[in-house]
Amino acid sequence: MSGTVTSDVLAPAGSAPRRRLLGRDGLWPWAFVAPLAAGIGVFFVWPILQTAYYSFTSWGVFGGSTFTGVENYVRLVADPQLWTALGNTLLYTGVVLLGVPLAVWLASLLNTPGLRFASFYRVLFFLPYVAMPTAIAMVWRIIFNGDFGVLNYVLGLVGIQGPYWISTPGVAVLAVAIVGLWSSLGFAMIILAAGLKNIPAELYEAAELDGASPSRQFRSVTVPLLTPSIFFVLIITIISSFQLFDLQFAILGSTNPVLPKSLSLVYFFYQQGFVANDKGYAASIAMFIFVLIGIVTLVQFRLQRRWVQS
Amino acid sequence: MTFLTPRPRRRALALGGLATGLVLVLAGCSGGSSGGGGSAEYEAAPSDLEASITYGVWDQAQVPAIEANLEGFAEEYPGIDVTVNVTPYADYFTKLQTQGSSDSLPDLFWLNGPNFQLYASNDLLEPVTGAVDAGDLDPADYPEALVDLYQYDDVQYGVPKDFDTIGVWINEALFEEAGVPVPEGDWTWEEFQDTAVQISDALGDQGVYGGAGGMDGQTTYYDTILQAGGEVLVDDGTASGYDSPEAQAGLEFWTDLIESGGSPSIEQLTDTTADQWFTSGKLAMYWAGSWFHAALEGAPVDDTVDVLPLPTGEEQATVIHGVSNVVAAGSDEKQAAQALQVYLAGQEAQQQQGDMGAIIPAYTGTQQGFLDSAPDKDLQVFLDAVDYAQPLPVSKNSAAWNALETSDLPAAFSGDRPVAEVSADLAEQMTALLQQEQ
Repeated sequence: MSGTVTSDVLAPAGSAPRRRLLGRDGLWPWAFVAPLAAGIGVFFVWPILQTAYYSFTSWGVFGGSTFTGVENYVRLVADPQLWTALGNTLLYTGVVLLGVPLAVWLASLLNTPGLRFASFYRVLFFLPYVAMPTAIAMVWRIIFNGDFGVLNYVLGLVGIQGPYWISTPGVAVLAVAIVGLWSSLGFAMIILAAGLKNIPAELYEAAELDGASPSRQFRSVTVPLLTPSIFFVLIITIISSFQLFDLQFAILGSTNPVLPKSLSLVYFFYQQGFVANDKGYAASIAMFIFVLIGIVTLVQFRLQRRWVQS
Repeated sequence: MTFLTPRPRRRALALGGLATGLVLVLAGCSGGSSGGGGSAEYEAAPSDLEASITYGVWDQAQVPAIEANLEGFAEEYPGIDVTVNVTPYADYFTKLQTQGSSDSLPDLFWLNGPNFQLYASNDLLEPVTGAVDAGDLDPADYPEALVDLYQYDDVQYGVPKDFDTIGVWINEALFEEAGVPVPEGDWTWEEFQDTAVQISDALGDQGVYGGAGGMDGQTTYYDTILQAGGEVLVDDGTASGYDSPEAQAGLEFWTDLIESGGSPSIEQLTDTTADQWFTSGKLAMYWAGSWFHAALEGAPVDDTVDVLPLPTGEEQATVIHGVSNVVAAGSDEKQAAQALQVYLAGQEAQQQQGDMGAIIPAYTGTQQGFLDSAPDKDLQVFLDAVDYAQPLPVSKNSAAWNALETSDLPAAFSGDRPVAEVSADLAEQMTALLQQEQ
């Protein structure tokens, strides 16, 4: 992850002319796409269709399903656990999104011309993203420990009695979100740093000649020209936040009494599908998440025109 | 960073699609039909039988003992080739369920109490009644409570290969430091509570506690419910017993312990589990199973640790549990698998298991090796406990109501909600789940 990343984020999204399904090249292009298409079809499209079907059934533990219509969905909407899980997921997503402006700021700092050890800092910030979530979780579990953790020790030095981070309802979601923010920061920064490299230096020179201060340059040159990268980071962050599972599973543990109040949507899905063996119901939860992410992403693309420079 | 190409929005969309797909892939593993009926055909395998079978287990630590057993087996059946498949416990039952769905279970495999009825009721297991009738296997050789655990609809599907019971592990150094005498083995609930509070009071400034509250049923509240004369499951497993006054007394035991300061709070026990409190010398009395002696090896407190029987409430009781070897009903090499099942349950193989010291073998009279594995500790406690032991409460889908216990009971232990209210709530939800199983 060095500064050699070059890209052309600012190029306008192309509007390629419409083509017919079978062009003058005949079947050849399709033959080249076939291996990839087969993989995606077998491992993504087909399971999605199956899940959609199974969400309307009641599943036996060892297979064998009976069609039950919309029963799972009726039950799902009436299940208070779903809304708790949705609330927790939104809270987590909200906190993690705070990392995006932070990443913009850090990336522009790292992009300061003549900064020494820039690559070193970049590696430092990117490291959490490369580390395994479970390993990260193990370390943070120890840091968060209410009696013997480093965090509460440090807070104690300044006279603050820290909570039991991972075993107090309400606080537990925040604790996981803090780790989520910290570990996703590096990825966002790398994307943004690459975007920064593409902002022509002449623009800054011109701004400086016009008498713009560094903070004015940041607001009027850097941020607007960085919006395509910011948009990309937002999409990816929101999607991955909605899929919160492994981090939470590893930090909170499967026997934590605050789980019912703190679990995410995917954790809820896991609990129903793999702990309680209720796979039909779990499929309906998966479809709920799928549609939800689809809608949120669609809305983002719609809103994109309002603020993303092209 | 190759996705930083001229058209980020397309890439983003593709990535997004992939990511959402992942969630669904999790749910996408479909199942075939469940195979096999529960017939009880059995014919002792001829010693020249040629076959190749798989044996599914979850504990790597027991593999040396299993291999020792297999050497003996190979002398009797030189033509049967056995492959041992070890899957870590965390994934074992997820994988087993997938194998069960696709009719590809190992020929012989380990099963535990909470999962047994699920497999037996779906006709995935081969009964052992044939081997019992032929006289190759005698259930009377094993602890009765455990033999019952592997019975479904009055049909026996396996015999236990090992067992564990619960005792109170004590750190004598902390007793000495607190100036509290080590209790006699024959003690009551009151004596346990008093001792715990005394130690917490004496050593509280060092962050030491006398006892640790109930976070795990098998080692804590199941035992006290039984000791109070209650039951977790009633009416042949069709209803929850949590709303009885006896069960509530059993739960109250742990609420009292936390309230009196004899135990760390539920939050503290979530952040740092009871076994961690104990092995780091911050806990004087820890309720745990016979398996805990393996975890103690190498811990700094190991030298000052001993064992006491569980204290007595209305009656003396402990939970007993053990793993069983079962044969898949859909196995192509059923005869060979049954031959291995019978051999592993035999006195010779069980003696060998005990001598290797990994577990307490279930066959009566083969347990000396377990006692010798830690001569400085009174491990005999766990063997004596068999006389008053009751099986771990299980049903067809134990995991569903186990999850309820984990989420609901802590509120009762911490005093956030009255025990009677929580147990009535829990009983209602749990009975509904048990009714669904029928």
